[in-house]
Amino acid sequence: MRIELERRAAHSVVFSALSPFIALGLTLVAGIILFSALGLNPATALFTYFIEPLTEVWSLHELIIKATPLILIAVGLSVCFSSGNWNIGAEGQLVMGAIAGSILPILFPDQAGFWVLPLMLVMAMAGGAGWAAIPAYLKNRFGANEILTSLMLVYVAQLFLDWLVRGHWRNPAGYNFPESRTYTDGQILPEMFSSGPAHYGALLALIAVIIAWFMMGKTIKGFQVKVIGQAPRAGRFAGFSARKMTLAAFLISGALAGLAGISEVAGAIQQLRPVVSPGYGFAAIIVAFLGRLNPLGVMAAGLILALSYLGGEAAQISLGISDKVGRVFQGVLLFFVLASDTLIHYRIKFISSRKHA
Amino acid sequence: MKKSTSILGAIGLVTALGTAMVAPVSAATKACFVYVGPTGDFGWSYQHDEGRKAAEKALGIETAFLESVPEGADAGRAIERFARSGCNIIFTTSFGYMDATNKVAKKFPKVKFEHATGYKRDSDNVSTYSSKFYEGRYVIGQIAAKMSKTGVAGYIASFPIPEVVRGINAFTLGAQSVNPDFKLKVIWVNTWFDPGKESDAAKTLIDQGADILTQHTDSTAPMQVAAERGVHAFGQASDQIKFGPKTQMTAIIDNWADYYIRRIKAAMDGTWESKDTWGGMDAEMVHMAPITNVPGDVKSMAEATMAKIKAGDLNPFAGPITKQDGSVWLKAGESAEIGTLLGMNFYVKGVDDKLPQ
Repeated sequence: MRIELERRAAHSVVFSALSPFIALGLTLVAGIILFSALGLNPATALFTYFIEPLTEVWSLHELIIKATPLILIAVGLSVCFSSGNWNIGAEGQLVMGAIAGSILPILFPDQAGFWVLPLMLVMAMAGGAGWAAIPAYLKNRFGANEILTSLMLVYVAQLFLDWLVRGHWRNPAGYNFPESRTYTDGQILPEMFSSGPAHYGALLALIAVIIAWFMMGKTIKGFQVKVIGQAPRAGRFAGFSARKMTLAAFLISGALAGLAGISEVAGAIQQLRPVVSPGYGFAAIIVAFLGRLNPLGVMAAGLILALSYLGGEAAQISLGISDKVGRVFQGVLLFFVLASDTLIHYRIKFISSRKHA
Repeated sequence: MKKSTSILGAIGLVTALGTAMVAPVSAATKACFVYVGPTGDFGWSYQHDEGRKAAEKALGIETAFLESVPEGADAGRAIERFARSGCNIIFTTSFGYMDATNKVAKKFPKVKFEHATGYKRDSDNVSTYSSKFYEGRYVIGQIAAKMSKTGVAGYIASFPIPEVVRGINAFTLGAQSVNPDFKLKVIWVNTWFDPGKESDAAKTLIDQGADILTQHTDSTAPMQVAAERGVHAFGQASDQIKFGPKTQMTAIIDNWADYYIRRIKAAMDGTWESKDTWGGMDAEMVHMAPITNVPGDVKSMAEATMAKIKAGDLNPFAGPITKQDGSVWLKAGESAEIGTLLGMNFYVKGVDDKLPQ
């Protein structure tokens, strides 16, 4: 017997809207089974995971800090993926953005004018976009697979950062440890509220979400993106250039990844280190799909994924479970989202092999 | 069981909140630990966790830990979570937690912070501690030179930070005290824990003629490769004899238990104060695993060296020592200044590698 996925003629509107919630519900059920199997009270465990981090002000700040880079990157990726371009290298673009944005505070540490921070942001976006332009060019010029080229450039960017902070950009007063000088006041993204450390990077993410939502939903450009992504032939007939779109999609997603990089470095870390991101560029791919490539959905998905990180920590402390359980839990969530999505568009068909024999 | 403790915890919290206004709470002390790797790495984080368990047992206190916490923005959150969850003393056990530790410490003046391997103590509730692992490196260098037939050892190194460079130099000096022509090959894997990379490096070093392996990374992979290829090796951070019963000659064991018990006890009876501790064999912070798989004369030589180091009669970094570039570092009768050791960024003569700068 074989199992086949057969495309449904029309997908249910109701279930399309419900699918993220169904997925969330199934994740909760899986969570209950998982925690019971570990000998924990599932109610306490789920409370620790999903509610406890929301009950304290400082924790909300941390949630915003964690979600900011995820959302910034995923918004860009949602535009890029919608256009049928697969930028897997946002992590590298984040790193290059962090590097480009750090040129000012590291090489000109005495500059602290009002213009320093805005220029750092612009340079970071240029850095990320420039790095993303490479796979776009290679795809347009040589037909090189952008999944591979963008991914491989991640490692190049990471090693370049590593080389910088161990070499020329190393803090002269840091006992030769691999990190740059720390940034000073005019070079740091200020905190938004007096109640905690959430910085203005979050506002940048919010602006990015609104602009992307407006562009994708309300403008002809957004329409072009979707047409080229979903029906390239139809796009060509309409006179839309797929090559220009590839370049634009990579530039947008690269710039936003670069912005995420400087927001992390100038906001949360406040110096360059050999590693500036624990894989936000990759986690953002999950966020983009969880948010169904819709900028508003991406925002919600970014917050949910950030919550699961925080919840995982809370659970480690108060329930004494391993951090692996948190990762399993995230995987389960993604699995159910993708499964529900697939089942909306496809139905499962059991085909008896005897018929073909 | 778990459920009842959480209820008790909730009652405790409520009582604590109630009494906090009236009198300073000096009830149960809670010690918390942040690890950079998994507790199951059988290396660095594993030994810290052994220290935690020992302190829990010896003092009957409550402890908690977070494992695999990335250095960077996540570290600050993990530490702050501990500070808020009622920990009285928090041990942050990786160099990269330095700034995060100091930042959180400023916000929580009543909580004591202990940062391993760092040098910053910005406020008077921060202490730093490390161990003179290099004393052990000198001993295993001597054993290596006695046991090697090719006169070449291989060293799997993590990051070119002073602590690691110090270890490489001490090993080389120890080896040269037995065989002045001894050579050391080094491979930098740029990770603390990656069994795949570590075992690749181990294989390469053996292929390059090394017949003794040693490492400054945290997994047991090099020991296992050495066992497969029939060369000898030294365990790192913890006793790895069960991964190479015929291979391990000894291991440098980080012993944090005594220090943790001492410091937590000091915090409990109010004698804790901010200071830097850099202890070696004399302070019981560096232990050596039983010396095995070597002839009796090698064993007695190593034990004599250990006794001399312990008694303060032997300093691995005492002149005459020549740098790799041929210039004189220390003349006869001189010994290294602590500042030079803490920021060490050069090799001594005999290291067959170019230090990544």
